[in-house]
Amino acid sequence: MEFPVETGEIPGFDTDVLVVGGGLVGQSLAIALAQAGVSVHVVDRAVPETTLAPEHDGRASAISFASQQMLRAIGVWNDIAESQPILGIRVTDRNSPLHIHFDHKGLGGEPFGAMVENRHMRLGLHTTLKRTTVRNTAPESLKSFVTNPFGVEATLESGDVVHARMLVAADGARSQTRDMAGIGTRGWSYDQWGIVTTVAHERPHEGIAHERFLNPGPFAILPLTGNRSSLVWTEAPAMAAEMVKLGDERFGEELRARFGDFLGEIRTIGPRWRYPLHLRLADSYVADRFALVGDAAHAMHPIAGQGLNLGLRDAAALAEVIVDAHRLGLDIASADVLARYERWRRLDGLTLLSVTDGLNKLFAPNSGPVAWARDFGLAAVNQMPPVKQFFVNHARGTVGKLPKLLRGEQIAP
Amino acid sequence: MTANAATRSPQQSPGSLDANAGSVDADEVARFGNLSQDWWNPTGSMRALHQINPLRIGYVRDLLCEQLGSTPKDPSPLTGAAILDVGCGAGLLAEPLARLGANVTGIDASPEMIQAAQIHADGTATSVDYRATTAENLAASGKTFDAVLVMELVEHVADVDSLMTACCRMVRPGGVMIAATLNRTARSLVFGIGAAEYVLGWAPRGTHDWRKFLRPSELGGHIRGGGLTVTDLTGITYSPIAREWKLSRDVGINYMVAAKKTLGD
Repeated sequence: MEFPVETGEIPGFDTDVLVVGGGLVGQSLAIALAQAGVSVHVVDRAVPETTLAPEHDGRASAISFASQQMLRAIGVWNDIAESQPILGIRVTDRNSPLHIHFDHKGLGGEPFGAMVENRHMRLGLHTTLKRTTVRNTAPESLKSFVTNPFGVEATLESGDVVHARMLVAADGARSQTRDMAGIGTRGWSYDQWGIVTTVAHERPHEGIAHERFLNPGPFAILPLTGNRSSLVWTEAPAMAAEMVKLGDERFGEELRARFGDFLGEIRTIGPRWRYPLHLRLADSYVADRFALVGDAAHAMHPIAGQGLNLGLRDAAALAEVIVDAHRLGLDIASADVLARYERWRRLDGLTLLSVTDGLNKLFAPNSGPVAWARDFGLAAVNQMPPVKQFFVNHARGTVGKLPKLLRGEQIAP
Repeated sequence: MTANAATRSPQQSPGSLDANAGSVDADEVARFGNLSQDWWNPTGSMRALHQINPLRIGYVRDLLCEQLGSTPKDPSPLTGAAILDVGCGAGLLAEPLARLGANVTGIDASPEMIQAAQIHADGTATSVDYRATTAENLAASGKTFDAVLVMELVEHVADVDSLMTACCRMVRPGGVMIAATLNRTARSLVFGIGAAEYVLGWAPRGTHDWRKFLRPSELGGHIRGGGLTVTDLTGITYSPIAREWKLSRDVGINYMVAAKKTLGD
């Protein structure tokens, strides 16, 4: 007695993973997955010619040592035209003579990471991506999606329908995909805006990053290739709006007042950007057949330069849990696979968010004892190697259980 | 008993199936859908099986890769392997192996189970040849396979000898068999049944009868009796501190046996 079961045509999926948002984190995730044999389709609302143009994104990112390892492991690092290693970090509080200096030589020898201009990073990712099987559609965006027990049916703006086993939202801090999934966020806006610009200076920076705590907020001078530095400057909202409108001459004066003359003559090159600063964390990193990565999951104060690094860590962890399941023929987006990603990443996001928020509050302008303790603290930390090592490990991104890619390893077993 | 569930689109949930084959009514298909969903739920009644599933798939995959000369990193490492999964249930093992490229036949004595397995395979767009039949019946047809899997089954059947004889017959010369069960030890009584079924609730109470568990020597005896040579014995153990399952040399509770049928037998 036998009961055969008819098997008709199998409907099939168009792709394993649909990634909405082809930014730095979305593309890194797509590359890591594709290299391990998972099929990926990326949609991005911007035209590639626009995002790859030098004037599209004048910002630079501090890539931690661990993130650098990941970009090496997925082959992107070689496609990045230029980068500046960060050899030292110097933290000062206003005009206090006390400071803390982290030198890479005394602390393991490896640089803390590297400064990479976003335009170089975008070009590098684009080059690597073209060598993979990733399907890239732009300009295109997600109109709506419906989740079923086995996958996601996504309808795109063009009317195309994509059947994927899972959907990943990598569409930034104001992720519409996250809203569509019904995942809320918590957080607040700081009464600060960030101003970003690039300066050329007379004397070499020796690869040292400077973080200064001024009254309106942190002011960072981050070394770029040649005699150039990237500035991240926080100001009260009204002041920030005025600053970006100033003529070059006046802006230069304001800049010199904060920057000082330790690098000789300085002048701004390239445009100025300003953006509001928020702290925001998604209520959940996952839903049925759905995951958030990068700024869609968390937005933070740029004080520690960790936003992109945190996003790359999300990408590496999500790629690892998906590939682990894929290599066993298991469902890549089952509830337990996504729960593993959530457990792995959300606590890290929460910790870094609180640390950066705490730092910003600690260095907010305060009266007497707090300011004194802060300065004394900086000097004290400077004298205590183990405490310094703790901060250095955080800066390098080598804290906690690292995804394989961040240890510079391949995901493959 | 036949139902055509394959023509539906994957967007429909199994609960809302349109059973367009005359012999099956919608209520029944809905019931299989629920059965399928429950089996495939990592925190449902098959929780314990889900926990050890990655380990047993990895074990089977690596052993077959060795046979095939492929590596687990290859896109479809089991391409070309004809596998029989005896007592496949809702396809927890059969489906992943098919996705790794193998030609999988899954048999289960329960037509409801096979129906549930088929519904899930259709949903995930995986091709598995599911049949509601017994090992004895399939063996009578003379069919043979590169690999025959008898996983977590012998402890549930009335006649182990008859089952194992049939399974051994279906291994082609040069092919392999992998069998898994629970050892009949004091520890398996305490942990395999007591803890798993009564304390932790990983499996429904009454899932296992300790007296039906087989010692490795007994299972090995059945396999040798079927003309195969045992090549490996590996335990699966749970570490309550790390909260994870691992392959180990400790075969005191869960274990797997690999065996090979020599060519020219």
